[in-house]
Amino acid sequence: MLYREAGQFKATYVEDSQIFPIRQDKVGMALILVVAFAGIPLLSLTGLMTDYFFTAILTPFLIFALATLGLNILTGYAGQLSLGTAAFMAVGAFASYNFILRVDGMPILAAFALGGLCAAAVGIVFGLPSMRVRGFYLAAATLATQFFVVWILTKIGWFTNYSSSGVITAQKIEMFGYTFDSALSKYLFVLAIVALLALLAKNMVRSNVGRSWMAIRDMDMAAEVIGFRPLRTKLLAFAVSSFYCGVAGALFAYAYLGTVEPEGFSLDLSFRILFMVIIGGVGSILGSFFGAAFIVLVPIGLNILTGFLENSAGISLPSGISSSIELMVFGAMIIFFLIVEPHGLARLWQIGKEKLRLWPFPH
Amino acid sequence: MATARQIGEVIIDLRNISLRFGGVKALTDISFDVREHEIRAIIGPNGAGKSSMLNVINGVYRPQEGEIVLRGRHHRDMNTHAAARAGIARTFQNIALFRGMTVLDNIMTGRNLKMKSSFLLQALYWGPAQREELAHRRKVEEIIDFLEIEHIRKTPVGRLPYGLQKRVELGRALAAEPSILLLDEPMAGMNVEEKQDMCRFILDVNDQLGTTIVLIEHDMGVVMDISDRVVVLDYGRTIADGTPDEVRGNQDVIDAYLGVAH
Repeated sequence: MLYREAGQFKATYVEDSQIFPIRQDKVGMALILVVAFAGIPLLSLTGLMTDYFFTAILTPFLIFALATLGLNILTGYAGQLSLGTAAFMAVGAFASYNFILRVDGMPILAAFALGGLCAAAVGIVFGLPSMRVRGFYLAAATLATQFFVVWILTKIGWFTNYSSSGVITAQKIEMFGYTFDSALSKYLFVLAIVALLALLAKNMVRSNVGRSWMAIRDMDMAAEVIGFRPLRTKLLAFAVSSFYCGVAGALFAYAYLGTVEPEGFSLDLSFRILFMVIIGGVGSILGSFFGAAFIVLVPIGLNILTGFLENSAGISLPSGISSSIELMVFGAMIIFFLIVEPHGLARLWQIGKEKLRLWPFPH
Repeated sequence: MATARQIGEVIIDLRNISLRFGGVKALTDISFDVREHEIRAIIGPNGAGKSSMLNVINGVYRPQEGEIVLRGRHHRDMNTHAAARAGIARTFQNIALFRGMTVLDNIMTGRNLKMKSSFLLQALYWGPAQREELAHRRKVEEIIDFLEIEHIRKTPVGRLPYGLQKRVELGRALAAEPSILLLDEPMAGMNVEEKQDMCRFILDVNDQLGTTIVLIEHDMGVVMDISDRVVVLDYGRTIADGTPDEVRGNQDVIDAYLGVAH
C-alpha cells in the first residue's frame, strides 16, 4: 500500500536511469541523509547520544562500510576474489601519515586522496596475477599482498617514522583552521567522505565501467569478444577498489583508532571485511552498508545481551566463556546466513520491497 | 529469398586455414570466402569444426596455418579486440550472456566500443558522460523494439527462458552495429514459432542493415531457406561449397549426413 510505484511513469531515459527511480526510495534516502547529517548531531547536542555511540558504533560502521564497498567493487562487481583488503587499508593509512608528516602544509583531504592513490598503485601491481589466475588461486595471490605489505611496513622504519614500537600516532584532522577532535565532528567528517564515495561508486556501477566489470565477472570470454579488454578492466577494478580501501584505512587510523601499527591491518581484518561483503550482499552498494552494520552491531548486541543475562537473570558466566559464546553465536549466524540467503541482506531487502509492493493483497 | 540487397565483394577470405589442438586436427586446410551482404551458412555434422571456424574468424582461436583476408587486409590470425573493432560481432552456441545483469545492461555492453567518456566522468555521471549514456540508451531501445523484448528490459537475463536469452544475445551483438555478424546455432533448442521469429530477425537485419551474416545451423530447412551460399565441413575439411541447391545434391554431403557403407 505504502510502497507502490503505480502511477509513477517515466517519460524520459533520464528519469528512467536515476539511482532511485521510485519516489518512495527517494524520500527514504533523503530521510536517511537528513537524519545522518542533522538528526543525529542534534540528538547528541541534547545529550541523548553519548560519545560511545559515535566512537564505538557509527564511525567504525561508516569506515567498515567504505572498506566493504571497496572490496565489493572488486569481488562483487568485477568477480576477483581478494584477501588483501587490510593490506590496501594499511597502505592508505601509512601513506597518508607520511604525506602529512613529510610535506609541509599538506591538506588532510589531499593526503587521504594521495594515500588512496598509493593503495590503488599497490592494488594494480598485486592485481597483475589476475591476468592469469582466478578464484581461489587469485585469492592465494592476494594473500601475498597481505603478508608482504605488513612485513615491509614493519621492516622499514621510514614508514613508521622510526617509531621504536612500530606504532604511529595519527596527526589531528585539521581543515580550514578547524580541528576535528570531538567524536561528533569525526563522525561527520567520515560521513561526508563515505557518502560522497558511495555516490561515485553507484555512478560507476551504472555506467559503462561498471558494466565492463560485471561482464568480466559473468562471462569473461564474451566480454572480450564484444570489445572489453580483460586486463585493463580487471586492473581498473583493483585500482578503484584499493583506492576505496586505502581511504577507509586512512579514516580507520585518523578518525577511529588514532594510533595504529602495521599489525593492526592483519589478515583477520581482511576476513572481517570479506564477511561483511558476503553477509551484506555480493555485488550491491547498499549491501556493503548492511554488511558493515551487521558485523559492527551484532557483537555489541550480543555483548549487551550476555551482560543483561548475567545481571538480571543471575546467571554468572566465567569471564572467558561469555566472550567465547559471543564468537560462537557470531560464527553460527554467519553460517546460517550463507545457507538461508547466500545473496545477503541486500537480497532480503529486495524481497521485502517486493512484498511491500503488494501488501496487503496476496498478489 | 534475397530481395533488393546486392551481394557485394568478398569481405572475408579464409585461405588454407589449419587449426590443431595438440595432436587433434580441428580444421585442415579450409578455404572459403564470404561476400558482403550475403547470408553464408556453415553446416556439417557434430564435431565437424564449425564453431572452431567462427572462433578463428573472430580471433578466439589462432590457426597454425593459413591466413585471413578481411576487407583486403591480410592477417596471419585475428585477435578478439581487433575483430570487434573491425565490426565483427557474434553470438555463441551455449548462450554467453552476462547472467547477473539485466537485458538492458547486457545490450548496453554491446556498445562499449562506441563509448568514449573517461572513467572519472562516468563516476561523476555528469555532463558528457550522462549525455553519452543516454544517447546509447536510445540506440539500445531501438534494438529492444526491433527484437520485441520491451517487456523484459529490466529483467536479469538469468531468469529468462532459453529462447528469449538467445534473442537478447542477438541484441547484444546487434548493439555494436556490426558489419559482419557471426551466429553460432541461433536456433538451437527452439520451437517452431521461436525459430520463425529468429529467422525473421536475421533476414531483417541482413535486408535492412545490409549486415553480412555467417551462420552455423543444424536445422536444414532453415539453412536451405535463408542462406545464399553454404559451406559444408566434415572432420575439419571442406566437403562442399555452393548454393543451397548445389550442396543439397552433392554426394559427399549426403554421405556425410547419412553415413556411407565401407
